[in-house]
Amino acid sequence: MERTTLDLWVGMFVVAGLGALMVLAFKVGNLSTYNVSESYQLQAYFSNIGGLKPKASIKSAGVLVGRVTEINLDTERYEAKVVMNIDKRYQFPKDTFANILTSGLLGEQYIGLAPGGDAEMLKAGEVIKKTQSAVVMEDLIGKFLYSKAEGSK
Amino acid sequence: MDIVRSLRGIGKRVVNAVWRIGFGARFFLMILVYSGPSFRRIHLTIKEMFSSGVMSLIIILVAGLFVGIVLGMQGYETLKRYGSESALGTLVALSLVRELGPVLAALLFASRAGSAMTAEIGLMKATEQISAMEMMAVNPIARVIAPRFWAGVISMPLLTAMFSAMGVFGGYVVGVVLIGVDEGSFWSQMQDAVDFQHDVLNGVIKSFVFGIAVTVIALFEGFDAPPTAEGVSGATTRTVVQSSLAILLLDVILTAFMFRGD
Repeated sequence: MERTTLDLWVGMFVVAGLGALMVLAFKVGNLSTYNVSESYQLQAYFSNIGGLKPKASIKSAGVLVGRVTEINLDTERYEAKVVMNIDKRYQFPKDTFANILTSGLLGEQYIGLAPGGDAEMLKAGEVIKKTQSAVVMEDLIGKFLYSKAEGSK
Repeated sequence: MDIVRSLRGIGKRVVNAVWRIGFGARFFLMILVYSGPSFRRIHLTIKEMFSSGVMSLIIILVAGLFVGIVLGMQGYETLKRYGSESALGTLVALSLVRELGPVLAALLFASRAGSAMTAEIGLMKATEQISAMEMMAVNPIARVIAPRFWAGVISMPLLTAMFSAMGVFGGYVVGVVLIGVDEGSFWSQMQDAVDFQHDVLNGVIKSFVFGIAVTVIALFEGFDAPPTAEGVSGATTRTVVQSSLAILLLDVILTAFMFRGD
């Protein structure tokens, strides 16, 4: 069997197709941002998570440090239990504060970690004690109206 | 006795349709059973990949570029109203990778390569080349049909990937180069929103399924065509119509399974 120009064309076609798939995976998709670095888990309880979803980002000082892996309702305390995967490179003090924040006015919700001053660091599987729930618009409007009514008396 | 005659006509059509479905299913199984030679004698498949895949390249690439350009322009017009022009990359990439890439590439493939397959096999049958092979104890399904099937099934995802990549490039040219959307946010928002497994891989699965559907319909229509000039032309028309409908129907089903609003 001889090699023909036909083989060359088909070979170029296959290479170009696979190349396009690589472009879709790495340039268009998020395969390049999948963190291969090791991570550890932390947990936090929130009384209201608002619109937080699994895979939401976890940021500290605006830097992406991890992702939310799991959200479920803890029926013992009736609070939302959020499990997060944090990059091993980043350690946080024991008194770190976890807030649910919104990027922009209508953007996605994410967890912001504000480190405290404790000398001891959080270990894998530990619970972040200090949390602040998501801001629910209805509550905010209700409070605002209530304070208006108080003020006008 | 007009009623009886028209009833008889309806019955004949229904029976004929069921007959064809059964024959088509058996045909598909035969292709799978006899697809050994198309890998053992790979040059057969490569030759067909040239005529169905490589020859479709130009139309796929040009169409992808145009679709991306149009998506970029229309998307910008709409997103500008909400002040979120930076989401243009997300819009272009998601709509291409999930829907437009697989569906449009398959439709183009059906009309460019599928119709050619039908005409070729229909003509081989009309000129009794298929019967001649059977006479020489060469299985026409193994020798003629299966290589074309595998060539189409392998080419389809590759063509789709090129279509989508070309479309994203078109959207980039219009959005970033011509209109002036910020390049960094164009790419970063796109990478944030497009998930490899959920979006890219599901698009590849879709195009793979479409490839199977288009080639099986095209080959079956050719194989089943009446051996006359009129029969072959009718079969070619049916290939384009039926494979277009099959692509869109399969897309509804696959989308319902893959993206159930989670």
